[in-house]
Amino acid sequence: MIVRAVKGVVVAACCALVILPFLAVLSTSLADQAQVTATGGYVLWPDRPNLDAYRAILAGGVVTRALLVSIGVTVAGTLLSLTCVTLLAYSLSRPGSLLHRPILLTVLFTLLFAPGMIPMYLTIKQLGLLDSYWSLILPGLASGFQIIIMRAFFQEIPGELIDAARIDGAGELRILLRVVLPLSKAVIAVVGLFSAVAYWNAFFNAMLYLNDTEKWPLQLVLRTYVIDNSALGVDAADLSGGFLPPPQSMQMAILVLSLIPIAIVYPFLQKHFAKGILIGAVKG
Amino acid sequence: MALDVKSPPARPAAPPRRAAPKLSRLRRDGLLLLLGVPGLLVILLFHYVPMLGNVIAFKDYQPFLGIWEAPWVGFENFRVIFNGDPAFLNALVNTLVISLVQIVFVFPVPIALALLLNSLAGPRVKRLAQSILYLPHFMSWVVVVAIFQHMLGNAGLLNTFLRGHDLATLPLLGNPDLFLALITSQVIWKDAGWGTIIFLAALSRVDPELYEASAMDGASKTRQLWHVTLPGIRGVIVLMLILKLGDVLTVGFEQIILQQGMVGTEVSEVLDTYVYTYGVVGGNWGVAAAVGLVKGLVGLVLVLGANKVAHLLGERGLYTK
Repeated sequence: MIVRAVKGVVVAACCALVILPFLAVLSTSLADQAQVTATGGYVLWPDRPNLDAYRAILAGGVVTRALLVSIGVTVAGTLLSLTCVTLLAYSLSRPGSLLHRPILLTVLFTLLFAPGMIPMYLTIKQLGLLDSYWSLILPGLASGFQIIIMRAFFQEIPGELIDAARIDGAGELRILLRVVLPLSKAVIAVVGLFSAVAYWNAFFNAMLYLNDTEKWPLQLVLRTYVIDNSALGVDAADLSGGFLPPPQSMQMAILVLSLIPIAIVYPFLQKHFAKGILIGAVKG
Repeated sequence: MALDVKSPPARPAAPPRRAAPKLSRLRRDGLLLLLGVPGLLVILLFHYVPMLGNVIAFKDYQPFLGIWEAPWVGFENFRVIFNGDPAFLNALVNTLVISLVQIVFVFPVPIALALLLNSLAGPRVKRLAQSILYLPHFMSWVVVVAIFQHMLGNAGLLNTFLRGHDLATLPLLGNPDLFLALITSQVIWKDAGWGTIIFLAALSRVDPELYEASAMDGASKTRQLWHVTLPGIRGVIVLMLILKLGDVLTVGFEQIILQQGMVGTEVSEVLDTYVYTYGVVGGNWGVAAAVGLVKGLVGLVLVLGANKVAHLLGERGLYTK
């Protein structure tokens, strides 16, 4: 009995260590100046919650622009990446087809050896992609790992289904669209969500490839204003109330903003953890 | 993450595909091949072309000259490595120390946590705990570092609380002596929960009859853990350790570059940040590329070697032949 109680307490403590910081971040973003001053910076629970900080950062300044950039890069990147990964995985799902082995090895080798930062930077530069949003999108479009996961899933689809469709006169494209893809919704969803999270969270590629601060995505803005503590260029005159919310609240509001998409996709991801699809995906 | 390169058993109905001559195979597989082209182009352009770009490790690259016009200098750029340039050695030592510390202190945490979660009574409690503990994995490093700063920093929640109660503040951040402990705890906070997923999967595959049989033989819970549970997940533990060992030269680049300014390079410079600082920032393109290339090659050898060892130990390893 004591052992069970101790176990419960340990697990609860671990969960608290994860949740408490998020609670403090959210509370501070909603707190007003009086409370922030009273507590000396951060609050665990807002007495008079308000959205002033969010209004201030979403009034059309740096953060608003960065948010739009991040959304654009994430949406475009995820859609294109799903297309590339699905098609290549499908084309590699039939052993014995023409060039199957060399192409598979080409994909697998990318998992063992990464080209390195300097040649990567120079390639992006040579392609004229510096300071272009494409530098954030293109390099991550065909992750070898995702291709292998999806290929493994496609190979589990019973061959009889595909053979039957072929006998009925379906071509390769029709088989993919009408037979394989409808059966693969779950794995496509999971791979897509992982891509989306990766695009949304990436920050170093932007630091490396984008000199133009106007083009910065949210993560880089987050670094500048929240970690490095630079002053956020929000003009009080632009705000309806005519006064600035506390800087801590604005910083935490940017942080919360960057977490919203994750919070939105997390339940979907979770549904798949429960089903064990991810376990298959990261199987040992 | 074991990649089974081998294909599943051939479908009985399918005729032997290899028998067909090339031309009819092209007619048959042409469209299939075409579907793979976009993805393959991306891989060639952003993986293999940059790989060729590693030639600048053997050149004196200057931005205005371009890659091909730059003069060859042989192994000149590799001298920082072979002559043991102090800045390079510092980065190498830091990388190895951080990796080793993380293998000792980070690697066992998800295993312990998985065992703990696995022994929790209610499936609903377990599910809830998992949902909460997996969450930080999906945060970016910028978010994690920002959260740590605002909790533990000088003006953060903890120190504000201590100051408010007239207690001594704890300079946890920006302290070079504590940097190793700081980044290690950040890695645990972010990824220990997520890391359990693979061990939980392995635990669910341990045969329940083994527990019954050992209980019948009078084994206590502790003995069951030692003689049934741990041997049952040994394969996965070895596999994860191999993946980790293959990566000893790579330590949280984004995590470290975000915090380097606070503690200085002496404790925080690692190989990846060295490449960035000397190459992209400092303009020593050739030297940085040389260091990156050697790092990549050593990493490749490590993964292949670790896998070989796993095979010798009778485990499946990272891939099967």
